[in-house]
Amino acid sequence: MLLNINNLHVSINGKEILKGLNLRVNQGEVHAIMGPNGTGKSTLAAAITGRDGYEITQGEIWFKEELINEMLPNERANKGVFLSFQYPVEIPGVSMTNFMRTALNAKHEFEGLPIVTAGEFLKKMELKKQLVDIQAKLNNRSVNEGFSGGEKKKNEIFQMAMLEPTLAILDETDSGLDIDALKVVAKGVNALRSNDNGFVVITHYQRLLDFIIPDFVHVMYDGRIVKSGGKELAFELEEKGYDWLK
Amino acid sequence: MSEDKDQNNILEEVTSKEYQYGFYTNIEMDTAAVGLTEETIRFISDKKNEPDWLLEFRLKAFHHWLTIEEPTWAHLHHPPIKYQDIIYYAAPKKKKQLESLDEVDPELLDTFKKLGISLEEQKVLSGVAVDAVIDSVSVKTTFRETLSKHGIIFCSFSEAVQEYPELVKKYMGSVVPYRDNFFAALNSAVFSDGSFCYIPKGVRCPMELSTYFRINAANTGQFERTLLVADEGAYVSYLEGCTAPQRDENQLHAAIVEIIAETGAEVKYSTVQNWYPGDKNGKGGIYNFVTKRGICKGDHSKISWTQVETGSAITWKYPSCILKGDHSIGEFYSVAVTNHYQQADTGTKMIHLGKNTKSTIISKGISAGFSNNSYRGMVRIAKKASNSRNFSQCDSLLLGSKCGAHTFPYINTGNETSVVEHEATTSKISEDQLFYCQQRGIDSEKAIGLIVNGYAKEVLNKLPMEFAVEAQKLLAITLEGSVG
Ligand SMILES: Nc1ncnc2c1ncn2[C@@H]1O[C@H](COP(=O)(O)OP(=O)(O)OP(=O)(O)O)[C@@H](O)[C@H]1O
Ligand SMILES: [Mg+2]
Repeated sequence: MLLNINNLHVSINGKEILKGLNLRVNQGEVHAIMGPNGTGKSTLAAAITGRDGYEITQGEIWFKEELINEMLPNERANKGVFLSFQYPVEIPGVSMTNFMRTALNAKHEFEGLPIVTAGEFLKKMELKKQLVDIQAKLNNRSVNEGFSGGEKKKNEIFQMAMLEPTLAILDETDSGLDIDALKVVAKGVNALRSNDNGFVVITHYQRLLDFIIPDFVHVMYDGRIVKSGGKELAFELEEKGYDWLK
Repeated sequence: MSEDKDQNNILEEVTSKEYQYGFYTNIEMDTAAVGLTEETIRFISDKKNEPDWLLEFRLKAFHHWLTIEEPTWAHLHHPPIKYQDIIYYAAPKKKKQLESLDEVDPELLDTFKKLGISLEEQKVLSGVAVDAVIDSVSVKTTFRETLSKHGIIFCSFSEAVQEYPELVKKYMGSVVPYRDNFFAALNSAVFSDGSFCYIPKGVRCPMELSTYFRINAANTGQFERTLLVADEGAYVSYLEGCTAPQRDENQLHAAIVEIIAETGAEVKYSTVQNWYPGDKNGKGGIYNFVTKRGICKGDHSKISWTQVETGSAITWKYPSCILKGDHSIGEFYSVAVTNHYQQADTGTKMIHLGKNTKSTIISKGISAGFSNNSYRGMVRIAKKASNSRNFSQCDSLLLGSKCGAHTFPYINTGNETSVVEHEATTSKISEDQLFYCQQRGIDSEKAIGLIVNGYAKEVLNKLPMEFAVEAQKLLAITLEGSVG
């Protein structure tokens, strides 16, 4: 099993946000998580990736049969957990190229592999850029600085493609995207999809799920998953809203 | 590529030589008594076989120094400096010579490794015996020959006093008079050595002049004096310092740097200062009180200061420009990093005297730990300096909540046609940025290095290539251990 979350309780500043959440993701599966604003979807992503300030008061997070509750965020990342941020962060003065190279080398170091040569690295960048249709010049710009909303989201998928994670969490990567950009993002995800890795796709819109077809859809409400089903659940939600689940 | 390699080899040889040089001086003979009296100054001047006019200059400076007090306006705190406990003239001390790198402080070696300093150079810097491989006299002459072909003089200050007394006499003290301030008076009285550089009319110095190549200076000492003259239409880029940590036992440093740019001349002066900052608890470290000033004497001249300050327990330093010539340009680009208990009070003065003069100030202060980092800058536009312009940007970045950042800008505009713009920001290193990096697999220490380098990029870009790479690593290393 790739990800196994058991009775997870998470508090921020002493306020409980996740209240006993369970989720299991196997290799090769795509899970969609939907739910009203403020129900804890991003909190879940933060807890899985180990963000500071998200205190696990109860429960466990297992990643590939390893308990990761206490693991450093960069270690989780190097083991294959990736988050496409709902709000990607700008890092002024740090070029995308430099950033990506540092990240990739960190991963190589972690895996005991030799450092990526400049040549190999640039080749890889070229390849992955095409995948997400990113303009070449973005790579010479500082990380996310002055990127449009859509560019930021594409840039997240580009990074995902570069780092080739085994578990990718996409937090509203579709929000604010036009239909073409949405297809690009979906293409990036589908290209990475394989029997070895899994996806958790957080979204408010059934539309994304036309392009990234989920195996399961979960509905989150007040810090818990209150309903799970197949992809048809997304349509039902689109039609009826969330009220009937409360 | 091979040229680079050659340069590296030469660099290594030269630095080895410098070190060796310190070893065959007779220590007993060349040490002045403790304390500072007129006798001390006569002793120094005599040792250096100086002409009378220089002795007189020193004595005047000394008598002036006696009448003044240490400045207290800076945002700095330190125990009183006991000026009468210092030895003002000593040949480089013979440190205990080590047999191999195994005997060297592992922490120091670790830093060297991170900076990518070659093994041979590591030995030199940490005091391990090194065999002089090549006759350094020949290295010395190669550089001398190249420079002298262009009529460039680059030698130690003492040598210049003997060989080019008229030039030294004409320019020394013309930008930083001994009356300028307490530390300038002290330096003028007791300076031991330093560098002298003269670029003749119309000459573009064909290489970056680095103190590395100035063989005569045995150690970049406590009371150094640098005099740099670019004659009409000349150009020079000058690199001061060394990115490797310098363990110096002298606690007080009071240097002077004077730059003169004649009509149409341009001087780029870059410093990477990495003196010993003291330990994590604020014990030890260098007190660095430096007076650096340049004058754009002629029309259309330009002086540009770039500094990366990461070392010293205390930094008191304001590289400044007097823009006397019309259309002259002054620039100041600075990154100052303080960690643990370091204190820095640094900035610049831009004094606009000529018409249509222009100055730019970019200052990036980064503080961590319990440190204090102040920017202090003055922009003065004289009445006659019509149509002048200044742009200042002072940014402070805080890592953690126990450090301090302060900005003290003084602006004085004497006419209506000039424009002064000042922007200042203070920010904290954002937890969002840190987490973003960590989520991509980058550990928090590397992440801070990355973010801080990005923050300082505008200034780092102004450094010559040779310096830029090491300076970047240095920023990261200085901030190690600044987050939990
Ligand atoms: N740092 C914080 N401090 C205090 N409360 C927080 C913090 N972060 C999140 N919360 C609260 O936790 C709850 C869950 O937030 P979260 O961002 O996980 O929601 P979400 O399901 O992702 O919502 P959306 O669909 O709007 O993105 C909200 O009530 C939010 O206000
Ligand atoms: Mg959210």
